Amino acid sequence: MKIEVKNLDFGYSSEKLTLHDINLTIDRPGLYCIIGPNGVGKSTLVRCMNKIYHIPDGTVFVNGVDLNEISIKENAKNMSYVPVGGDDVFSLPVVDTILVGRHTQQHWRTTAEDMEITYKAMRLLGIEDLAMHSYNQLSAGQHQKVAIARGLVQETEMLILDEPTANLDVRYQVYVTELLKELARRNDMIILMISHDLNITARYADEVIVMAYPGVIHSIGKPEDVITEKTIKEVYGLDSDMIVHKMCKPHIILGSAVRID
Amino acid sequence: MNENDRPDVVSPLVKDKVGEWLSPVDTEAYHGTMGKFQKYVAKKYIFIIVCAFACLVAMGLSVGFGTYRIDFFETYMTIWYHIVGDIHDVVNDIVVVEDRLPRICVGVLAGAGLAVAGAAMQSILKNPLAEPYTTGVSSGAIFGASLSIVFGISIFGGDYALVGNAFVFSLIPTSVIIFVSRMKQSSPTMMIMAGIAVMYIFNAMTTVIRLWSDPDSLSSLYAWEVGTLAYAKWANLYLMLPVTVAGIVVIALLSRQLNVLATGDENARALGVNAEKLRLICLVVVALMSSAIVSYVGLIGFVGLVAPHIVRIVIGADNRFLIPASAAFGAAMLLFADLVGRVIIAPATIQVGVVMAFLGGPMFIWLIMRKNSKVWE
Repeated sequence: MKIEVKNLDFGYSSEKLTLHDINLTIDRPGLYCIIGPNGVGKSTLVRCMNKIYHIPDGTVFVNGVDLNEISIKENAKNMSYVPVGGDDVFSLPVVDTILVGRHTQQHWRTTAEDMEITYKAMRLLGIEDLAMHSYNQLSAGQHQKVAIARGLVQETEMLILDEPTANLDVRYQVYVTELLKELARRNDMIILMISHDLNITARYADEVIVMAYPGVIHSIGKPEDVITEKTIKEVYGLDSDMIVHKMCKPHIILGSAVRID
Repeated sequence: MNENDRPDVVSPLVKDKVGEWLSPVDTEAYHGTMGKFQKYVAKKYIFIIVCAFACLVAMGLSVGFGTYRIDFFETYMTIWYHIVGDIHDVVNDIVVVEDRLPRICVGVLAGAGLAVAGAAMQSILKNPLAEPYTTGVSSGAIFGASLSIVFGISIFGGDYALVGNAFVFSLIPTSVIIFVSRMKQSSPTMMIMAGIAVMYIFNAMTTVIRLWSDPDSLSSLYAWEVGTLAYAKWANLYLMLPVTVAGIVVIALLSRQLNVLATGDENARALGVNAEKLRLICLVVVALMSSAIVSYVGLIGFVGLVAPHIVRIVIGADNRFLIPASAAFGAAMLLFADLVGRVIIAPATIQVGVVMAFLGGPMFIWLIMRKNSKVWE
């Protein structure tokens, strides 16, 4: 699978652009992390790539085809999306909430295959005991796990996750990121996630996309090339010290803020 | 640094877990979860069957009850004889088929239609307080009826003067909501607010008409407004039956998409469901259904708001089951309320809308007070 973003400009209003001239090509399986300060357009970018927002023709291509020529139904078979948080009003049990992710495959009745993959996704995220619990009775972290499981059961070649580790405890932040990395490797998937944890990104990402104000791509590359003291100062306005860990990945010790944007 | 020089950062535990993910599952725990899920699904089917059965019982009792009493089974036999054209008892046949059955059929359609419309509105607007009349259908219908009753102004004239006016005018608020939502990207909140605004406008116009009306017109208007099955005729079904049945079928066919919508608009779009389009279709279907019902039976409230909630408390919010279950439960609820209204101070009757609120209100409060009835935030 290959996804290309070419000269993408996007704004929520005609007066102000949120994304400026974004160019990005992802053509190999792996774990890709987008980092950058709040409000820089990370979520906007992934929503443009996933057809959630309407984008100008000729700016996003999936396997060489303009995204605007693909229906949202077809697109849902190519890529799944895990939003940050959840907004379910009428609560379904966890198992039904995850089964919703089978919408593109599922027939009227739930099949044994649907159930099997749903169970496996719950087991992978450690929530199989919550299968029959009401979604609204779960914690924010458990909601996050349900959302990730729902993305996985869609069985797509590309998985986009908006801050999948936001509400998770440290153990699950590491576990889920490792899981995504391993799934990308074993399943030949492109997994694109937004993250605010520079150390986790540095350790696990195959490639890092750094975004900066005012909605531009600052740099793209391997973590050791991109996550540097200079980048952190330029993008976040923070002093930092970089140490190289035994795992041969940069480890960042953050210092004081030198500016607030 | 060369790619091969990098140590593997993924732990053996995660590798094992991903290995499990990629291989078939056949553990005791899996079968245990499957068993629980199947029981949970079976419970939903059983509930639908029980509601349908309750509906049949209510129909039999309701047809049989009156000054001229007919036995429960005899009621069904009379209907059967009429269908096969082998009428045994002419009096029974006239009383059952001509006199009482229209009321029951209109009641079933109104109960089922309003409950399904309510379930659909609550799902698409993601608001537990939404009901069939949230689109302003009721205020439009009352205004149309007022024009006909007070001023004699009607679109179709003749027998359809009142019903035609109520139907056409009840669709105007929904058209306004659709127009407003197309002008700017629609959101559930915007739709509700537009509906409330249009409702106030129509209510104000109706109030002005009432100020000019004579006591007789006011009394007729009140009798129509309060919601009753007393004036039901076979002719009512020409419009109600196709519109309500088609509406229920369309909403039922969209029920899987409604489940996806419940996970949020963005997630729905990522799963191939266009939230805006789905809302629009449901809104039009609900407006047509509730307009067709309101035009004939007046304003029967409560069933559209409460029946879907009671069903959700019992079988959950999965729209694939919620829609048919709400139809069966709403129909049974309306028929029982109508029956109670006819029995309680017989031979006089209390309008079904009033009974519904008196019986359903306390029952609903009891249900939402229960510990395990947490189906919405």
